[in-house]
Amino acid sequence: MEELTFLAIFVGVVHSGLRLATPYLYAALGEMLGQRSGVLNLGVEGIMLMGAFSGFYVTLTYSAPWLGVITALIVGGLMGLIMAFVSITLQAEQGISGIGLYLFGLGLSSLLFKTMLGSVEGVDGFSEIHFCVTESFCLADIPVFGEIFLRHSIIVYMAYALVPIMWYILNKTTWGLNIRAVGQNPKAADSLGVSVTGVRYACVIIGSALAGLGGASLSISLLNIFQEGMTNGLGFIAVALVYFGSWTPVGVLLGALLFSLINALQLWAQVLDLNIPSDVAVMLPYLLTVIALALPFRRMAKPAALTRPFQRGEN
Amino acid sequence: MRRLRRFSIQLLPIIALIGALIIGAVILYLQDVNVREAYTAMAVGAFGTKNGMADTLVKSIPLLFVALGIVIAYRGGVINIGAEGQLIMGALATTYFGVAYGDSLGPWIMIPMLILLGTAAGFVWGAIPGILKARLAVNEILTTIMLNQVAIQIAFFLLRGPMLDPDQVAQGTNVPQSARLPKVADLPRMRVLSQLFGFDQSTKDLGMADGWRKEFVGLFIDSSRLHTGLLVAILMAIVVWIFMWRTTIGYRIRAVGQNPAAARYAGINVQRYTVLALALSGALAGMAGAIEIVGLHHRMFEPTAVSAGYGFSGIVAALFGKLHPFGAIPASLLFGGLLVGGDKMQRAVQVPNVMITVLLGIIVLFVVSSDLWARRRMEKLEKEEVSG
Repeated sequence: MEELTFLAIFVGVVHSGLRLATPYLYAALGEMLGQRSGVLNLGVEGIMLMGAFSGFYVTLTYSAPWLGVITALIVGGLMGLIMAFVSITLQAEQGISGIGLYLFGLGLSSLLFKTMLGSVEGVDGFSEIHFCVTESFCLADIPVFGEIFLRHSIIVYMAYALVPIMWYILNKTTWGLNIRAVGQNPKAADSLGVSVTGVRYACVIIGSALAGLGGASLSISLLNIFQEGMTNGLGFIAVALVYFGSWTPVGVLLGALLFSLINALQLWAQVLDLNIPSDVAVMLPYLLTVIALALPFRRMAKPAALTRPFQRGEN
Repeated sequence: MRRLRRFSIQLLPIIALIGALIIGAVILYLQDVNVREAYTAMAVGAFGTKNGMADTLVKSIPLLFVALGIVIAYRGGVINIGAEGQLIMGALATTYFGVAYGDSLGPWIMIPMLILLGTAAGFVWGAIPGILKARLAVNEILTTIMLNQVAIQIAFFLLRGPMLDPDQVAQGTNVPQSARLPKVADLPRMRVLSQLFGFDQSTKDLGMADGWRKEFVGLFIDSSRLHTGLLVAILMAIVVWIFMWRTTIGYRIRAVGQNPAAARYAGINVQRYTVLALALSGALAGMAGAIEIVGLHHRMFEPTAVSAGYGFSGIVAALFGKLHPFGAIPASLLFGGLLVGGDKMQRAVQVPNVMITVLLGIIVLFVVSSDLWARRRMEKLEKEEVSG
């Protein structure tokens, strides 16, 4: 293997770190939306798998990645509709119903993969944009800056664009005010004429659609392949990131970056053949999640009505 | 009449199962599968023959242990999604000491000791999220899920390194698995136990040539993989029931689960009993892992193959059994059958056995969704009883 300079390694790690944050961002920002309205959706992992499969299948069949994105959004939204119906209308225990949705998505995505495709194959998904100005000159070739920031697919940039959008919606619009009110004090929101049920349905469905897109970002942009259970716990980490990020878009972004950079470091450590057992490296993100959740610094309080079903007329 | 209506509420899980099977039938139908053939293969495969029934029972053993643990956690007001990892840690501890010291003592001391070691490992692995929740208010659902992955990687690390089977090293194959435990440390099969009580003939010699009696009795006296872990599991169901409903500690765990504020007011140390509930829940999952090793596998290999999703299907069994130890017994049997039946269905009509995971998910959704309806109904009935 050719000698890699420190700079090249640095560029490599940061570039893949930024790239790998994509599924975390979609899933965690979507989950945050649901949690801000008071619903803990633990089914993210299953929703991502369904999004990953449906997006992959459509992209493979029609060679149209955008159609794949739309499919993943719709499938994710439908999974969200199930979660919303069960946890909002039927007021089921959210921790357990999320596990039910996870098992459903895990099983169904594997089942459909086995019966409809059967074998692992690659797909032409979204490719990296190199921002070429002329035939021979691309902005992506600018040393360091271009190599790190200007070599990603549109799906990656969209994930980062979602951070300010989410912040704006939550903090600067009436809609965001309603969401926060419903999550903090549903009774008060209800008395002011805000439909608690409606807001929660919308948040869970949109959040799940984003989780579906997060899954598809793996299968049609980052890896361009589908495997059974390919998210491998990523959806659960996304839920943890919402806690870690104190229910704010910027906090979620920082958490996602931290995790994906560590992931990238671990991948590069294996590429460079550093003497770290791969098991220990793979374990790191999960162990880090536990430690991060346990860090004693006090954060913004979580939405007061999180996991509490709302029933008009009850206290 | 009133009793009948009360009874109908108790039957809700059955209705959930039927609902899930109907949705499953629709999914199968959409895949151009002969639904009747598929379900028949499933039912007959799981419960119809001696071998199928033996497999079902073998799978229901770890399910019952895990489900009992889930019952304790749930009744204590915490949700334990970490049984998968706790089971792996239990299996690892048992394997490690079994391989190292398995033949140093007689089986009557060694086997219980190995099981206890696995149980203790599960206890510790469950206590970690318990302490994090009690001391730092960390959401136990998330930590238990994360610790599953940590346990899996610890297992791989040990199985590729310190615990790797010397035979694998010698052959140069390096499949991540441990050496076999010494034969002395094998949990006896049911057949051996039957022989101990004088049934040293086969069913054929007993004159049971055909019919269900031969199949049923044959389970316990003819050769099969069915081991005495089954009896340990049923015994534990009784122990858990006595512990939770007939002892002060169990009462306190349930009090904390029902209403932590009231429990605190009554002078109960809520934090301590939260930790205890999760640790005991982990202990039972660890015991499941230990029994799987001494009773069935006799060595540790790929951790996810040993845990085999029992950590999740055990939750479904616990919910299905109405979160009661005695409800968990038939529920574990049923879901053990579903897992075996899924494999049989795969072979008969080529429906991937992940279909069972889909069904499990739907059953969970149905059971938790019907809670509200059942509660309302129960309240209405009680009101009627008071006024009437």
